[in-house]
Amino acid sequence: MTSRTADLAGIGFDQGAQVILRRELALLPPGGRLGVIGTHDALVAHLAAWCRREGHALTVPPDGDPGGPDTPGGPVRAWIVPGPATRGRWAGAERAGGVDPSQVVSRPAAHWGLAARGALVEPGGPPSPFDLDRKEVVWADLAPALYAQAAARQWDPATAIDWDCAFELPAEVEAAVVQVMTYLVENEQAALVVPARLLARVHPHFREVTQLLAVQAADEARHIEVFTRRATLRGDELGTSSAGGRASLTSLLAEPDFSLASFLLSVLGEGTFLNLLSFLGQYAPDPVTRRIAALAHQDEARHVAFGVAHLAEQARRDPAFRGRLRGAIERRHDVLADTAGINEHVLDALTLLAAGSWSPRAVADGHAAVQRLQAEMFEGRRNRLVHLGFPAGEAAELAALHTRNFM
Amino acid sequence: MTLLMGAVAYDAKVVTIWSGFRAWLRRQGLPFDFVLYSHYERQVEDLIAGRIHAAWNSPLAWVRARRLGVARGEPVHPLVMRDTDCDLRSVVAVRADSGIERVADLKGATVGVGAVDSPQATLLPLRHLHELGATVEPRLFQVGVGLHGDHVGGERDAARALLAGEVAAACMLDANHLLFTQEGTLPAGSTRILTMTAPYDHCNMTIAASAPRDLVEEFGGLLTGMSYADPEVRPLLDLEGLTQWRPGRATAYAALEAAVDATGFYDPAGRVTATAYDP
Repeated sequence: MTSRTADLAGIGFDQGAQVILRRELALLPPGGRLGVIGTHDALVAHLAAWCRREGHALTVPPDGDPGGPDTPGGPVRAWIVPGPATRGRWAGAERAGGVDPSQVVSRPAAHWGLAARGALVEPGGPPSPFDLDRKEVVWADLAPALYAQAAARQWDPATAIDWDCAFELPAEVEAAVVQVMTYLVENEQAALVVPARLLARVHPHFREVTQLLAVQAADEARHIEVFTRRATLRGDELGTSSAGGRASLTSLLAEPDFSLASFLLSVLGEGTFLNLLSFLGQYAPDPVTRRIAALAHQDEARHVAFGVAHLAEQARRDPAFRGRLRGAIERRHDVLADTAGINEHVLDALTLLAAGSWSPRAVADGHAAVQRLQAEMFEGRRNRLVHLGFPAGEAAELAALHTRNFM
Repeated sequence: MTLLMGAVAYDAKVVTIWSGFRAWLRRQGLPFDFVLYSHYERQVEDLIAGRIHAAWNSPLAWVRARRLGVARGEPVHPLVMRDTDCDLRSVVAVRADSGIERVADLKGATVGVGAVDSPQATLLPLRHLHELGATVEPRLFQVGVGLHGDHVGGERDAARALLAGEVAAACMLDANHLLFTQEGTLPAGSTRILTMTAPYDHCNMTIAASAPRDLVEEFGGLLTGMSYADPEVRPLLDLEGLTQWRPGRATAYAALEAAVDATGFYDPAGRVTATAYDP
């Protein structure tokens, strides 16, 4: 029988003796025994109790085995022969894929649960409740890079915006800004809830996707904060919220399918919002609003990029996938057919912001600018649909079915 | 017929443990069920009366069941026990700076023990001190009377009283002295083990004479066949505190039998004779 010895000196189990012993036992070859040397008063009593709990056999020589050349610390107080329990616990253990994104598996096991990707997973344990557990459903090769970019570009609402900069606006222009901000807040609330709900369903094995969704939700939380803060910068009363606008947003929450929810929210909704935020960057009457629009735009562009990348990969793999996307647009269109669409107060506010004043000429210019905005939104949606593989004609037809509420 | 086992609900985890074992045993084809008791005395009485076939018994419950069985001509036997039930010891701990160096120094001192019915924290260590010639004044820390010391609270209270200087020594299971030093109830270096009992055995699965022999045999075979490498049963084994079921043995209860006789806890026929014991 191969023997090793471990010299604990004066360390007892109240000071971590078990940590040393576990290491020494792990180094022991199968069939070996470990001699324990040490001077702690309670060493043998605690060794007996510890070995019993761990399933190890312990023999205690009445007066200790005399020390030899390899036991300079003194006599061996007890011998441990490891039991099968420690090895038994890890007998069927398996690696949960690999750390690197290239080692993501197609279908992570439910019992891997919350284990880190790449960890050695003890068999057993409860199955995890994550139903989005197929790589082809949630993964995009771009996710790790997008997450890294998202983490690097987080901004602090308190410092990224000069809230104290001086500007004065006519009351009605300020009211238009407040109306647009009110509208943005309710849209961003939907944009927060959708990824947050999906996030809780994605198997943690797809770590970069959950991280990206978490940052996306955090982005929206910041947007809600800054839009609210801008809306109340000069007063404390917000604008209106229309039933039609809320109906449009509520229909986003009803989509349980990961890809279709991502399609409706990120590709079509947030894609459309990119144009709206660019519009505000151009026409907003004050530097605070323009800065907010620019910061939100950079975040939303990332959300759109993930949605497009994820869906493009699926569409490449499965040509029938586009049929499902089409169905999702048509279903949502039908659901919203009898609703009023966008809040008129929002369109009027956008027109006034682009006009800059109430002169008939300025209003006509503003109206034209809002029409251009809607045309650009349409073009953006059409282009993204073409990118997903839709023929140009069909892409245009579907782009036109998108909600009139923009999001 | 269903093999019916009794277990004492000393903790909520007992439900998890035996529900899990029940499901596993039934999947292996054994018709098995269990009932829970609030204390060991009624469980033992029901075992002997034939209302249950098996009882997951404390060592003290084993002593009583053995006596009752013999007295009625229906001897019980231990079917299995946990690997962690074999060769336990109790320790008598003192404060490291107390100046108590020998057992004789405890003469007349107040010694903290567990509940009145705790084999490991009361009956066995007090018997041990008595055999070594020390006459001490026991102070009971009564937590979970009727649970035969399964509840660790009494031992922990005795350990705290030792640190606080309320008692000169405290009695506890070796594993609990280890636990208390690791969890910090007894800070490192604060106590010394003055003396230890000889090894003794703890719980066993006690089988009534009237139990169906084939089902009992199958029950024992399934339990001893459980493997710690099986991820399905390992969490249950962890909860119950074992790595392996072993065949039962009745050879290491002599010290407890002697302690029971010396204190008059049960009479030779298994009747409860302890005073002020009302589980």
